[in-house]
Amino acid sequence: MAGMIHEEDDPVTLADAPTRRLNMIEAINDALDIMLTRDPDVVIMGQDVGYFGGVFRATAGLQEKHGKTRVFDTPISECGIIGAAVGMGAYGLRPVPEIQFADYIYPGLDQLVSEAARLRYRSAAEFTSPMTVRTPFGGGIFGGQTHSQSPEALFAHVSGLKTVVPSTPYDAKGLLIAAIEDNDPVIFFEPKRIYNGPFDGYYDRPNTPWKSYDASEVPEGYYSIPLGKARIVREGEAMTVLAYGTMVHVVESVCREKGVNAEVIDLRTLVPLDIEAIEKSVRKTGKCLIVHEATRTAGFGAELSALVQERCFYHLEAPVQRVTGFDTPYPHSLEWAFFPGPIRIGEAIDTLMSE
Amino acid sequence: MVKQAEQAGINRPRLSLHVPEPRGRPGDTANFSYLDIPEAGDQPRPDESCEPKETFPLCDTIIRVLGDDNQAHGAWDPQLSPDKMRAILRDMALVRAFDDRMYRGQRQGKTSFYMKCIGEEATSVAATHALDFDDMTFPSYRQQGILIARDYPLVDMVNQIYSNRADKLKGRQLPILYSSREYGFFTVSGNLTTQLPQAVGWAMASAIRNDSRISASWTGEGSTAEGDFHSALTFAAVYNAPTIFNIVNNQWAISSFSGFAGSERATFAARAIGYGVAGLRVDGNDPLAVYAAERWAADRARSNHGPTLIEHFTYRAEGHSTSDDPSAYRSAREREEWPLGDPVTRLKDHLIAIGEWSEEQQEAMDKELAEQVRTATKQAEKNGILGHGLHHPFHTMFEDVFEELPWHLREQSEAALRERKLKWPE
Ligand SMILES: Cc1ncc(C[n+]2csc(CCOP(=O)(O)OP(=O)(O)O)c2C)c(N)n1
Repeated sequence: MAGMIHEEDDPVTLADAPTRRLNMIEAINDALDIMLTRDPDVVIMGQDVGYFGGVFRATAGLQEKHGKTRVFDTPISECGIIGAAVGMGAYGLRPVPEIQFADYIYPGLDQLVSEAARLRYRSAAEFTSPMTVRTPFGGGIFGGQTHSQSPEALFAHVSGLKTVVPSTPYDAKGLLIAAIEDNDPVIFFEPKRIYNGPFDGYYDRPNTPWKSYDASEVPEGYYSIPLGKARIVREGEAMTVLAYGTMVHVVESVCREKGVNAEVIDLRTLVPLDIEAIEKSVRKTGKCLIVHEATRTAGFGAELSALVQERCFYHLEAPVQRVTGFDTPYPHSLEWAFFPGPIRIGEAIDTLMSE
Repeated sequence: MVKQAEQAGINRPRLSLHVPEPRGRPGDTANFSYLDIPEAGDQPRPDESCEPKETFPLCDTIIRVLGDDNQAHGAWDPQLSPDKMRAILRDMALVRAFDDRMYRGQRQGKTSFYMKCIGEEATSVAATHALDFDDMTFPSYRQQGILIARDYPLVDMVNQIYSNRADKLKGRQLPILYSSREYGFFTVSGNLTTQLPQAVGWAMASAIRNDSRISASWTGEGSTAEGDFHSALTFAAVYNAPTIFNIVNNQWAISSFSGFAGSERATFAARAIGYGVAGLRVDGNDPLAVYAAERWAADRARSNHGPTLIEHFTYRAEGHSTSDDPSAYRSAREREEWPLGDPVTRLKDHLIAIGEWSEEQQEAMDKELAEQVRTATKQAEKNGILGHGLHHPFHTMFEDVFEELPWHLREQSEAALRERKLKWPE
């Protein structure tokens, strides 16, 4: 891996690279373009990703540039898409399939859960599945129950699968490159609510595009962000807030608004998890709030909460709090009543502050 | 061994991957001359009780009744009364008027999403007219024509689209994913093709109970790629289920032409034969042919002769949905060049040709239907439009997850109401 710029190893080189302001879609497109160029084994496939460039435009221009056998449309069969990616991986390619919405991944579940995730184990590493499944997830776009789900916990539960969720254009690019280079199957959830700009949780306020934020400053060329490394979004003493994806921005804005000196951690990858960063922070603050948009019961917050109390019990000054979506399908007209917005988060922060 | 394997490939030809490509892209002229369109009336009509394989020739042609002379031809002419034909014409025109207004409503910000079926009206309207009212339908999202053909109240459709406080689905579903048990219209899923095995199961249940009702499902040609299609056809064949699969081949699945569902190699109708299911391929823009094919399949199913798959050959004249811009991936000329015409125009011209209708009557009807839609829309708007506060109360969000509210949903429901008070203190 000579010549690679690594965030941790070589921050100087990375900081020196020329940057551009990109939104998250452009950053993802850039990562895909770079990997198609660098690695002839990379192929991209999915519904409408070819000529059209994807319903969210994430693959725009890539077929034209890299050719029809590197970037191509598929039949509408998620089972076929992931199953074929397993076969391509067995041959030696590095497929990057797109599932149009995370809500539509279920027909492909057997191929992902029973096959891709276990190929290495059951063949004693004779066969592996180096695929990265990209899929938009999360709500907040009035998509109703089949364009809004956050099913990350289902996947984090599967041994052999890595689960990644970026929250900024900079991270999206670096994490996607790392995911593609990873020799194990990775599911890469893209928070579609923040494709075009971060979200403060107030749906009735105008959206500001990414380009007015520093996190949209994306270096040109290749860089990767290692999977399993969380990002400290803001340092603080009052409590630790664990979040990922869209909720990182909502949490940050609530903390700012309330003037709470919380330490906000963006997990970036759920599996493998940066347990060190979590432990270090909770030991310092003594309080922990976990925020995700997904439904609550058996959500990833339950795992985080268990880990925190197992490992930081004697440092905790208050019970761990969880703020999540409700345990209902994602409703259409009441989507903002479902969404764990500033009020729900604010209440939990107040509770923790009063302990 | 390993060495042998290495050498074995030396003289073999190099492989190459075939990736389908449609015949035209933006800027190209549209050319449908590759389509082999047979004369109306030329297709044989086997008995409804025939062996599935006897329908094979009908899977590779197009069953057509209405000819260029606007007359009905051949064995498939269903010989409908002028009243019945006028009823079909009216329902199709109403679907079109409704689509037009709802599309504009979405553009005006009254709701989040809409999908039209312009050009495909016959595939749901004429097909529904060939079924009995108590036959169960399992639609995809593009069969508003079923509800309209069954006289479902327009205002209830608009309430659903606006996700307002009168929406019978309580604002939970994306616009157009209707549901009506009373009208034999199964709740529409956003997840493609799931309704096909379900329709088979419903038909199996009807057979288990020695009932006389049958089921019919609809799906786009793109969706036939899903595994559920295979499961459905297999179950239908195994149990000789009294069901009809309507495959609406409108040539496009969002930006992917039908080649990405396998149309370059075989027709969608022909898939039926491999399963031992009867298959018909019909001109989907010919309401009389659609009626005749659906009726043939319904009679077959009802007389215990088993399932039929019908491919409706048609064209998606507009975008996939309000979120789509087809000019980004297909030739704008396709719509005008489409060789099978428009279903509303064709039936209208036929009725005029046989002296049962006139342009003036059509014009008056169109005006009346637009007014009917306008009235329904205004009435629905009183119940609210999306995002303007007039939605179902918060606690309804937690109902129907289960039959009864478990403790955790009760707590969450209370939390939601508390949040509401904090946000909007009365
Ligand atoms: C399981 C699943 N995968 C993907 C989608 C996204 N999607 C919605 S409609 C559509 C195209 C369907 O095309 P087709 O079946 O031809 O029907 P048409 O829209 O042309 O009526 C796709 C890919 C979905 N809704 N469900």
